[in-house]
Amino acid sequence: MHKQTDFQSRDEVLAQTLMERVNRLGRRLAEEKGRKLKIMEVCGTHTVAYARSGITDLVSGYLDLRSGPGCPICVTHQQDLDRVFSLAGLEDTLIVTFGDLLRVPGSFTTLEKEKAGGGRVQICYSPLEAVETAARNPLAKVIFIAIGFETTAPAAAATILQAEARQLTNFWAYPVIKLVPPAISALLQKGNPTGLDGFLLPGHVSTVLGSNAFSFISKSGIPAVVAGFESLDLLMGLYTLLKFIAEKKAAVGNAYTHVVREEGNETARKLIGRCFEVEAETLWRGLGVIPESGYTLKPRYAEYNARQQFITDVAAAETDPLCICGEVITGRATPHECPLFSRRCTPSSPVGPCMVSPEGACGAYYHYM
Amino acid sequence: MCLGIPMRLSSIENNLMATAETMGVKRTISIQMVPGARVGDHVLVHAGFAIERIDPAEAAERIELLKTLLEEPV
Amino acid sequence: MKIEKSTQEIIISSHGDGGLLTHQLLQEIFFPAFRNEWLEQAGDAAILELNDLRLAMTTDSFVVSPLFFKGGDIGKLAVCGTVNDLVVSGARPLWLSAAFILPEGMEQAELKKVVLSMEETARSLELPIVTGDTKVVDSGNRENLFINTTGIGLVYPEAQFHPRNIQPSDVVIASGSIGDHGAAILAERLGFTSENSPVSDCAPLAALAEKLKPYFNEIKVMRDPTRGGLATTLIELAAAGGVDLLLEEKMICVKPEVSAIAGILGVDPYFLASEGRAVLIARAAACSDILKTLKTVPGAEASSIIGVAWQGTGNAYLRTRLGGTRRLKMLSGTPLPRIC
Repeated sequence: MHKQTDFQSRDEVLAQTLMERVNRLGRRLAEEKGRKLKIMEVCGTHTVAYARSGITDLVSGYLDLRSGPGCPICVTHQQDLDRVFSLAGLEDTLIVTFGDLLRVPGSFTTLEKEKAGGGRVQICYSPLEAVETAARNPLAKVIFIAIGFETTAPAAAATILQAEARQLTNFWAYPVIKLVPPAISALLQKGNPTGLDGFLLPGHVSTVLGSNAFSFISKSGIPAVVAGFESLDLLMGLYTLLKFIAEKKAAVGNAYTHVVREEGNETARKLIGRCFEVEAETLWRGLGVIPESGYTLKPRYAEYNARQQFITDVAAAETDPLCICGEVITGRATPHECPLFSRRCTPSSPVGPCMVSPEGACGAYYHYM
Repeated sequence: MCLGIPMRLSSIENNLMATAETMGVKRTISIQMVPGARVGDHVLVHAGFAIERIDPAEAAERIELLKTLLEEPV
Repeated sequence: MKIEKSTQEIIISSHGDGGLLTHQLLQEIFFPAFRNEWLEQAGDAAILELNDLRLAMTTDSFVVSPLFFKGGDIGKLAVCGTVNDLVVSGARPLWLSAAFILPEGMEQAELKKVVLSMEETARSLELPIVTGDTKVVDSGNRENLFINTTGIGLVYPEAQFHPRNIQPSDVVIASGSIGDHGAAILAERLGFTSENSPVSDCAPLAALAEKLKPYFNEIKVMRDPTRGGLATTLIELAAAGGVDLLLEEKMICVKPEVSAIAGILGVDPYFLASEGRAVLIARAAACSDILKTLKTVPGAEASSIIGVAWQGTGNAYLRTRLGGTRRLKMLSGTPLPRIC
């Protein structure tokens, strides 16, 4: 225990010193450019981590941190949310999912409301709990909502494989898994319209994919750095990125080397490959249709695919015309630019998904700024 | 987008599951993505799965590099 | 505090989390219907004046899953919760009621364990449980035991606690670590328990208040940061007191195991409930004496000054370890495990 405290204090001193360096370099760069630097935190967990640690506040004078398409709830299209939520209303279904999804507003309902209205909804920490639930409740049709990015995909795959191994006939998965590199590619397709100076890349997606999976960004001329999530990781990521910007170095750096390898985790990717294949196209909120940007279950696992096995009749999705979630997750706008932010749209009655997820840009702004 | 927490493997049940702990908090997690993991290894845990081993040598070296960097004049 | 118009037509679980939606229910349904001078005090207990006496009355219902957890059980919680609401209102608890809503199918031995635990806690406080009620419901879950307790206490004459007394430069003191109870419950529910996992801090604050009596005239207000956690409690106080509260993250004690659970599940420890902690706001000049006294109270050894009041408009801010400042917002939705 004492050792831990020593480490913490050592890291804290380092973090303080590094913070000063970041400030000095950041201010200098902003002065040179005559404007604030614009950096996209691709990952929603980074949005929260930078805000929670106070870094967002400390750098606000010279750095404009923009959220990216890295909150799985926020990038899920309204139409997909509506379909997922409609499953809770079916007879005998029991929905198992992560807490992230419980309060997300669809066009007509939320899972929390479905639960209050008699639907069975269970929140899990590990997807494997869904398999246990299915085994314990043979009369229930257990549907695991596999939402997430590449980080969560192998866990979802392992869960489906376990259901198969246990020969469960009352387990299904509803895949809503998206891929990060194609989304960044889509953002960069029109050059760099939002004027980004750099990308902070998601540490845990990179853990699975490897930092090399993002090397395509270099072609855009925009520097990018993979960062972790502890205070020191956050600062090392930011400092490395600022140095790249100063040196005009359009490279993909890795400031999370003790976790993220260039080649990523091959075992994890093999696990994904056993269950999932890349869809021809996937619909994203805010980004539209992006080719090869989402996972669906392989035909071999079609019988586990809730998307195919449970067909519900869902009316056309309705989104509030004033909601600008789509702009926010592509870095084109900040939550403060939304007319609904903190007025009609709050975490307790969210209009768009960016508000409901605490790691969604609007939720993070609401909670931490 | 994805929470991940470093935990230490305190016992290994089989090649699929192990007990991981951090600060006295313990849980059974899946280790199927970190083949060859051993008791005492630090892993990064996401949604009940170890998604990568944390490299202790790299972690230490990283801090040393940072210290050197911070000693450089601005 | 701004409460937004509700768009929810049915009761959902977040209405019970003590945060924004709970406040919305109070503002939209309960206050308009029941409005009176006592209810409008909106404290942890109503202060009732009768001739020369000042009585405090409070009521609370307890719902917890699992019923037994590290550091306590629903019975102990039901006594401590109501006792603490009286105590932080400056009252000495005198009488308690206990009403039970029992689920069909519950084992009597289990109920007995809960009741004995209540008895033990109440006896340690020399507090008689003087009336009660029992009902049985078909709730479909044998774990669905609900307990309501009501407490009546006598307010010490020198206790004049109210958030409106808070002045800029007053200090905020916490009587120990934050979020232990909430973390213990989450650990139980999600399979993170071990010999060193979080233990609920569930405990009566009566002894603590007794020790603080000499300083009651220096204490502006006292609260127990239960549901909604430290953040929600302090935002309520700031709003009711018309001041800003500025907290220092490095002064707030969060046990490593509590912060581990919070980190793993992606929840903020400042939103996790404590069930045996007091937060008090006192005159700066008296704070070192108060702190010294608090540290002699068993269970409050880790008391610390965690912040200060400033002139402001009713917000709470946290200065992080790195020195950045962020605004604390009221809990909206019970903390749940997240992947992000």
